[in-house]
Amino acid sequence: MANLKTKVMGIEFKNPILAASGTFGFGEEYSQIYDISILGGICSKGLTLNPKQGNKGTRLWETPMGLINSIGLQNPGVDIFIKEELPKMKSFNTIIIANLGGNTEEEYLEGISKLNNTDVDLIELNISCPNVKSGGMAFGVKSDIAHKIVSKVKKNCNKPLMVKLSPNAENISEMAIACEAAGADSISLINTVKAMAIDIKKRKPVFDNIYAGLSGPCVKPIALRMVHEVVKSVNIPVCGLGGIMSSRDVIEFIMVGATLVQIGTSNFIKPDIAVDIIDGVSEFMDIEGINSLDEIRGII
Amino acid sequence: MKVQKGIIIENKCISDNIYKLSVEYQGKIIPGQFFMLKTLDNSFLLPRPISVNDVNEKSINFLYRIEGIGTTKISTLKKNDKLQLFGPLGNGFEEDKLNGQIAVIGGGIGIAPLLYLTKILGKKADVYLGYKEKVYIDDEFKKYANSTTIVTEDGSIGEKGFVTDYVDFCKYDTVVTCGPEIMMNKIVDKCKENKVKCYVSLERRMACGMGVCLGCTVETIYGNKKACKDGPVFSSEEII
Ligand SMILES: Cc1cc2nc3c(=O)[nH]c(=O)nc-3n(C[C@H](O)[C@H](O)[C@H](O)COP(=O)(O)OP(=O)(O)OC[C@H]3O[C@@H](n4cnc5c(N)ncnc54)[C@H](O)[C@@H]3O)c2cc1C
Ligand SMILES: Cc1cc2nc3c(=O)[nH]c(=O)nc-3n(C[C@H](O)[C@H](O)[C@H](O)COP(=O)(O)O)c2cc1C
Repeated sequence: MANLKTKVMGIEFKNPILAASGTFGFGEEYSQIYDISILGGICSKGLTLNPKQGNKGTRLWETPMGLINSIGLQNPGVDIFIKEELPKMKSFNTIIIANLGGNTEEEYLEGISKLNNTDVDLIELNISCPNVKSGGMAFGVKSDIAHKIVSKVKKNCNKPLMVKLSPNAENISEMAIACEAAGADSISLINTVKAMAIDIKKRKPVFDNIYAGLSGPCVKPIALRMVHEVVKSVNIPVCGLGGIMSSRDVIEFIMVGATLVQIGTSNFIKPDIAVDIIDGVSEFMDIEGINSLDEIRGII
Repeated sequence: MKVQKGIIIENKCISDNIYKLSVEYQGKIIPGQFFMLKTLDNSFLLPRPISVNDVNEKSINFLYRIEGIGTTKISTLKKNDKLQLFGPLGNGFEEDKLNGQIAVIGGGIGIAPLLYLTKILGKKADVYLGYKEKVYIDDEFKKYANSTTIVTEDGSIGEKGFVTDYVDFCKYDTVVTCGPEIMMNKIVDKCKENKVKCYVSLERRMACGMGVCLGCTVETIYGNKKACKDGPVFSSEEII
């Protein structure tokens, strides 16, 4: 049996396959379907300092091989997460990653200071949600703004910090370099791609915010290219995601240099898909005579 | 709830664009619950929410209307083909809350989840079914219900007009409904006027079907709820 253990940022992951933020809740629902302790880790639904109701109007729209969402970061807020969700998540016996979003610097910093005193294993800083009107997005588009916020967060954060990038960044490599320089311990990418849909009967955009975030298999080629570019630009580990539907996709991300990967939209398509994917990676390694993913990581 | 491959017993067209799908299945189901259905290929992305229409010893039935790519693909499946079956999901109609004389009112494909409920309620239920013109599965309702009133918009079968015009709301303690939004809104208003308890089954676009993606939000007096997990059945008093 191939060994999938991956040690990175001082954390030991059973395997490099994590559940992506916003597509796995806080794990509870999926734990009723399969033993989620098989996962390398779970990223929480995106948290904000205060509870958030999310967006009004249509929130989901399917496209050919894609999903556009405008959830708008509906979440119970950091305090309730810590009190009610985190203890349950910790019982799932896997690495717990708190995904933190925000609109202002203060919000991020206050969120971090609350998460510092918990047994969250890792923080994933979401500077890239396209579905929140004010602020949020700018952090993820301009490298200098990202550098500023990541530096401040890192100074105040006593957990390993993974910064999640937006494919909508002006220049993805520059963005990654700026985050590395600001002290990020790792980078994850991609978040959803800014997109749009029209309801032709109503003669209106589908979403109240007009633009929303595209994910799923249709974004994979973009994600793969961006991970390839970023891996070549920085010296910190990179977590790749975007459209992963199979073990084959995971291997592709590893081959372009990802150390970890995340499964997002495909959790909706086949709720126990992570089981197939983890088994499939292991099987591929056995068949190909690969002992450790290090042997194929970044070979492209 | 689990993800499984269901073997198809029958998948046939029973009226214009309306299909009855019968799949091998054993397990407890509450009326009003639904499954997420998907063909095993990736010809479309997300599974489609479809209510349980009827439950037999070793199978469940669905009744669906062809709307777009997903239901079109599902309609091409044949006997012995497999499909991805994920469920049962959602909170259905809670039998112990359905008291006294009950009116079950369905419109169009919204009658789908009401058959299994009617089977359980039996003589406690007066059923009202509204169709555009073609009528389907009315015979099955007649088997179980205390009475069944059929209404078509053009009057070609049964009464003519809208189903809501044929219900004497003050006769009932509880009303249960599923159908087009305009119909349900009218029913909710009538129930309020007549102080009748009312339960509605709501449709929202959903991706995960189990409360994770937060796509199918329903605004209620208690804040945001999820159509997939907290519903699809809601008490009309809680919906804003
Ligand atoms: C809880 C629940 C139970 C349902 N039960 C039934 C049933 O028993 N019989 C039946 O015929 N229909 C039912 N529907 C509606 C059915 O899910 C949609 O008609 C179907 O998803 C349309 O898919 P499509 O690919 O054919 O259409 P498309 O328009 O091509 O679908 C595109 C996308 O929109 C979504 N979508 C479109 N319409 C709806 C809708 N009304 N509700 C939810 N998502 C939608 C699809 O899931 C898909 O992601 C139910 C819906 C819900 C929410
Ligand atoms: C419904 C939905 C909600 C999401 N919510 C969040 C979120 O709260 N925080 C975040 O960082 N990313 C969020 N994402 C983005 C995903 O984590 C992921 O980056 C993106 O979907 C691309 O991966 P995929 O194609 O595998 O889904 C969300 C995605 C979807 C589809």
